[in-house]
Amino acid sequence: MPVSLTIDGQQRSLAVADDMPLLWALRDIAGITGVKFGCGAGLCGACSVLVDGERQFACQTPVSAVAGKAVTTIAGLTGQPLGKALAAAWEELDVVQCGYCQPGQIVAAAALLKANPTPDDAAIDEGMSGNICRCGTYNRIRAAIHRAADTIKA
Amino acid sequence: MTISPATSRRAFLAGSAVLAGALVVPLHRALSTAPAQLSANGYLAVLADGKVSLALPKTEMGQGIMTALTMLVAEELGLAPTAIDVSIPEADRARFAPVDTTTGGSTSIRELWKPLRQAAANARMALVDAAARRWKVMPDGLTLADGAVTNPATGQRLAFAALVADAATRVPTDAVPVPPSAWKVIGRDQRRLDSAGKVRGTAPFGIDVQVPGMKIATLAQSPVFGGKLAGHDAAAARAVPGVADVVALDDCLFVTADSLWTAKKGLEAAAPRWNEGANAGLDQAQVDAALTAAVARPGVTAKAEGDLAAARTGAARTVEALYHQPFLAHATMEPGNCTAHVTPQGVEVWTGTQVPSDARAAAARVAGVAEDKVRLHNFLMGGGFGRRLETDMVERAVSLAAKVPYPVKLVWTREEDIQHDMVRPAYADRISASLDAAGNVTAWEHRIAGSAVMARFLGDKFNGVDDDAVDGATAPLYPAKARLVTFKQVESAMPTGWWRGVGGLRNTFVIESFADELALAAGQDPLAWRLARIIDPRARAVLQKAAAEAGWGKALPKGEGLGLAVLHIWDTCLAAVAHVKVDAQRQIAVPQVTVAVDCGPAINPLGVKAQIEGGVIFALSAALYGGVTLDKGRIAQSNYNDVRPLRMNEAPRVITHVMPTDNAPGGMGEPPAAVIAPAVANAIFAATGKRVRQVPLQAGLESA
Ligand code: FES
Ligand code: FES
Repeated sequence: MPVSLTIDGQQRSLAVADDMPLLWALRDIAGITGVKFGCGAGLCGACSVLVDGERQFACQTPVSAVAGKAVTTIAGLTGQPLGKALAAAWEELDVVQCGYCQPGQIVAAAALLKANPTPDDAAIDEGMSGNICRCGTYNRIRAAIHRAADTIKA
Repeated sequence: MTISPATSRRAFLAGSAVLAGALVVPLHRALSTAPAQLSANGYLAVLADGKVSLALPKTEMGQGIMTALTMLVAEELGLAPTAIDVSIPEADRARFAPVDTTTGGSTSIRELWKPLRQAAANARMALVDAAARRWKVMPDGLTLADGAVTNPATGQRLAFAALVADAATRVPTDAVPVPPSAWKVIGRDQRRLDSAGKVRGTAPFGIDVQVPGMKIATLAQSPVFGGKLAGHDAAAARAVPGVADVVALDDCLFVTADSLWTAKKGLEAAAPRWNEGANAGLDQAQVDAALTAAVARPGVTAKAEGDLAAARTGAARTVEALYHQPFLAHATMEPGNCTAHVTPQGVEVWTGTQVPSDARAAAARVAGVAEDKVRLHNFLMGGGFGRRLETDMVERAVSLAAKVPYPVKLVWTREEDIQHDMVRPAYADRISASLDAAGNVTAWEHRIAGSAVMARFLGDKFNGVDDDAVDGATAPLYPAKARLVTFKQVESAMPTGWWRGVGGLRNTFVIESFADELALAAGQDPLAWRLARIIDPRARAVLQKAAAEAGWGKALPKGEGLGLAVLHIWDTCLAAVAHVKVDAQRQIAVPQVTVAVDCGPAINPLGVKAQIEGGVIFALSAALYGGVTLDKGRIAQSNYNDVRPLRMNEAPRVITHVMPTDNAPGGMGEPPAAVIAPAVANAIFAATGKRVRQVPLQAGLESA
């Protein structure tokens, strides 16, 4: 049975096995490669997406669990005001290195700011603890989240 | 800037169209013979439309080399770095010679600093001369900015586009690059040129390649190193809906499918069985024991100066210590992958590699074709750290693609990526020094034992000393009357490779930890002891700066301490002070690291700072928690739960002080990684009085 869902505002129907994690349905079937594969085990956050506004690890979410729901990937997020503010802050503070973890970091940051628009350092550390950056860009990620929070407030 | 037309989807389509017929001459060859373009060298050109185009002569894995090299070109041609078209080129050894596109060892800037600025300066002079001829004036007074040559005396202006054809007929080879006093780009903070796509998820990594008609595959290699495939259930794998093919090699099983998930399910259903072979009983304890035994006596001489026995006699005291460092996994965020298509006409490969030319050669070897029948498209890498200096991922993909009639993207699961990493070798070091009554070193002996990565590449030419493994050990900052440094090759079944920092990293841990031990034995403060002995003025300057900025000597609460380390390797001087807290349960936290660096002119200070922040945190993960271990002939760890990178809440605040000098530029990829383990080990001692002589330091402290 194909699974129907909304991906970045578009109605999609994916003909995949029910138990296929959303990550692979997005990357390999729908061709949406901004969502990254890092660990496949819920350990790194590279695959983060928003499901009805909540951050989820796409590698741990069977596609059947998101039937009828709205999935937002980095592509959709950076078209919205919050995502735009985050992307701009990331660019202004020169956050990225290899960049591979960053779509997942930005999605996690969006979920954090939705829940807490003015997080302090401790709240950022807590909210971002599901995401690994092997290149070690954490100092700048933290600063960029503060910057984006300021932009949104202004 | 635009990133590589060769990585666009259109180019993939064009690429496969090419495969349907004969392989054509790569695009750039056609371009370089086109008359209307000014070629400064094989990879830098001013195009007919006046655009400056740079095909990146090194590979981008996050270190920011794309930005730094573009800045060098921009400086000479009077342009903003963002105005230059940078592309990631196809592998082509001849095109870039004598530059080697291989990217590692913190060599890129050191290798390109002169030739790239020279080439760009030549192009600049050709453009200025062409304008001078047109205007019948002397070239001296003409200026160049915003893609045009201007005569300030007359206000005349000619865009590059109007000059290219003329300029291309006379390109000098000896133009003088812009002097430091006139730099407008070099030495100024420049934001990365590759951010936009990376923050929006549109930047193409190798793993994102989509070739029409391709299948996605994964693989299982023998868990025990050296094992062979004994059997598998191909029918069960094919019964999984979406599975296309099951391909068995002697030591590896592949499943191809419509998605990685399906391929993985197919592989599970195939349930490969292995003949584990000779290594099935090998454990880490055996490796460690062999390393310790190997430093009981001197190995092959890497450095010998002075009379060691004479220097030892009459010493006030002698200090000796044994250090251990573990195998380390790279665990790049982007797991291993490579896409390949093999047809009777040739081979096409899409991957992110630090060694484009070697990877192309490897693909040709595996496919049994000439190198000019292979096109290798390189990509941004989701981390390299030395893992992508190896070509095993390319070889596996091509060997699979040779057996199926479609393009295939081979992706390693994270577990496969860690369990078949080519790990940083484990090492033992026995180091001893004799001190005179003042605390000066008279005799210094350093014995190093570990796998010799270089031996794999050198074959018969290997003389017993791995030059990389002893980098930083043969000429430490501390003078001695006599010195002996030796290396003993000790191999196990574990495949080894280079890991960010290589010899400088392993040696700085030993030498800078040991320097603290010597200071302590001499009854002196670690900073004072070093400053009384280090002659190198650049090393002294960064050490003093880092210590002053970190507040060296200030009183700290119980359980806290500062530790320092300094190096002069990769033509860079870098010092770090780590602030460490150790709690009652002996858990180590590193809230702050202060770094000072002299890497010469610091082409992009913003990028230098990023390398410091990243290098410190990357290597701190390994220093505190790193290490993969052998258990029954296989790697015991498998994912980010047991290969544990620091998370944001564990990452130190990294304070950086860039101290530009007019020395030749030094490397920046590795120095920041190399100082952190000794700085933290020394801080642990300051906080607890316990000397930890093994990485990972957390486990070392718990057993101290
Ligand atoms: S890939 Fe999903 S958490 Fe790592
Ligand atoms: S930028 Fe490379 S993993 Fe985060």
